[in-house]
Amino acid sequence: MASVQLEQVRKVYPNGHIAAHGLDLEIPDGEFMVLVGPSGCGKSTALRMIAGLETPTGGRILIGDRDVTTVPPQDRDIAMVFQSYALYPHMTVRENLAFGLRMRGARQETIDRRVEEASRALALEPMLGRKPAQLSGGQRQRVALGRAIVREPKVFLFDEPLSNLDAKLRVETRAELARLHRRLGATVIYVTHDQEEAMTLGSRVAVMRDGYLQQVAPPMELYRRPANQFVAGFVGSPAMNFLPGQLVSGLLPTPGGELTLGIRPHDVEVVTPGAGTLDAWVDVVEPRGSELLVYLRLGGNHAGPELRAVTPPDLAIEPERLVGVRFDRERLHWFDEEGGSVDFPRTLP
Amino acid sequence: MSRRGWWPSVVLGLLVVASAFPLYWALLASFTPEARLFQGPSLLPSDLVLEHYRALFTQRNFWIPIRNSLIVAGSTTAFCVAVGALCAYALARLEFRGKSLLLGFILAVGMFPQISVVSPLYMLLRSLHLINTYPGLVLPYLTFAMPLTVWLLVGFFRQLPAELEEAAMVDGASRLRAFWEVIVPLAVPGLATTAILTFVYSWNEFLFALSFTLGPDRQTVPVAIALFRGMYQVPWGQILAAAVIATLPVTLLVLAFQRRIVQGLTAGAVKG
Repeated sequence: MASVQLEQVRKVYPNGHIAAHGLDLEIPDGEFMVLVGPSGCGKSTALRMIAGLETPTGGRILIGDRDVTTVPPQDRDIAMVFQSYALYPHMTVRENLAFGLRMRGARQETIDRRVEEASRALALEPMLGRKPAQLSGGQRQRVALGRAIVREPKVFLFDEPLSNLDAKLRVETRAELARLHRRLGATVIYVTHDQEEAMTLGSRVAVMRDGYLQQVAPPMELYRRPANQFVAGFVGSPAMNFLPGQLVSGLLPTPGGELTLGIRPHDVEVVTPGAGTLDAWVDVVEPRGSELLVYLRLGGNHAGPELRAVTPPDLAIEPERLVGVRFDRERLHWFDEEGGSVDFPRTLP
Repeated sequence: MSRRGWWPSVVLGLLVVASAFPLYWALLASFTPEARLFQGPSLLPSDLVLEHYRALFTQRNFWIPIRNSLIVAGSTTAFCVAVGALCAYALARLEFRGKSLLLGFILAVGMFPQISVVSPLYMLLRSLHLINTYPGLVLPYLTFAMPLTVWLLVGFFRQLPAELEEAAMVDGASRLRAFWEVIVPLAVPGLATTAILTFVYSWNEFLFALSFTLGPDRQTVPVAIALFRGMYQVPWGQILAAAVIATLPVTLLVLAFQRRIVQGLTAGAVKG
């Protein structure tokens, strides 16, 4: 196992597109680091540079204490699970698992033992003789995982490994990955565009946008103290509401200026008209089983700014009615014109 | 099928007859005694003999041109596929300056009319002392066969997912090892297709083979057949028997690899 360090890593493609603007990131030994962001934010490029499949235009990459910036992938001692799994179609599951060890010249007994261990851990034993085309999506995914595990590499790299699975299997595999990480104690770098996956898996999460790191923090800190409006809107589901600050001036304590107010749907309480901070008109009510997601329009008619609220499921809320909304004053977020987070005492004086 | 009616079957039938009839005619004539050949056409086999085939091997040493053709076409094919595959892989996968220019240049080389390069090639081969040798035929064949091979294989390699080699490289294989262990096994249909096309091309080639050989010991099958014609007579029976023999290896190859060829030529056309 080893730590991974990115120092001012830049990537400029020949067509001028900048995929990484000097990334600085330190991933200690044994950490599960998730890189998350919308598509095109540079997270996959960052992972591919760590793998050695792309060469940085500037900066350094270290694995352990070794500078691997220009080292080819085969000499980095890393394992990668691809989104498409990239199983070798002409080889059996056993041959797929053994490939990496064979390439590194491992002894046959070692190969047999490790393939056996990995296939037992991932319940692949009954299909060792089959070819990838004869496997289901979930089975292929496990073979791809197994191929990474047998290598016992310094670092595991995952490139959106769950995005080709159906929802149920995705949740199951997610838990499996968390268990695997706990058991192996390995350094993992995991790329996804799904904030929920990032939050549930990561020891720390690095949010990226347009080739810049936005915030690197443990999941709960990202949720509670987002560094800027982008992170605030990206993390958490349903997404945070953003309202113009003037809307509540006089009603709530504000830090002043042309600010944007951010409030998570879970921190909005629906009350009787007049009893809350503001009144709102109910547009749509979506039952979600354990809770209701309510789409509101502030100001009492359907033209006002939209506000999403999550309420207990037993609350009787009818569409096209007037209600009051009360904001949890300790959970308000303020952002300036550039989207930066503004520090403001969260409790009333 | 039924809705489209009977006419496609009729058109197909006519096409098959039109293309197969000359073959049938040649096959029939090659087994007919010389004297009967000039008595007027007969579509039905009668009075079949093996004299033309026997004469080919007893009087004309026809096994020499067969050997020459096998050596020349075989080496051209082997060389072409081995070098062409590496070349095509580089063009399909590696990023380097002037790549599209190089691809265009390779295509342009393949477009030259053969007749326009016969004289310069002759001078070149003569100064290299390669006239009337096997390399003297294989090298010129490569100039025409290689562009075809490279173009076919570039297309074929491009549609294999790049993640497969990337996975192999992360797994510890060098690029060449990844090519050999992962790409080549997957590219077998494409390689077989190009191999057969190259073989057929080299086997049938006439102009270079006629120009760059001097005597019977290096002549290939098409040249030998053309030179059967004597000053006073044309031995039609033997010519046709030789033509049937020359067609055999090509036909067998194509029949044996039919599926692969279709797979190789249509690869990329349909996803899957």
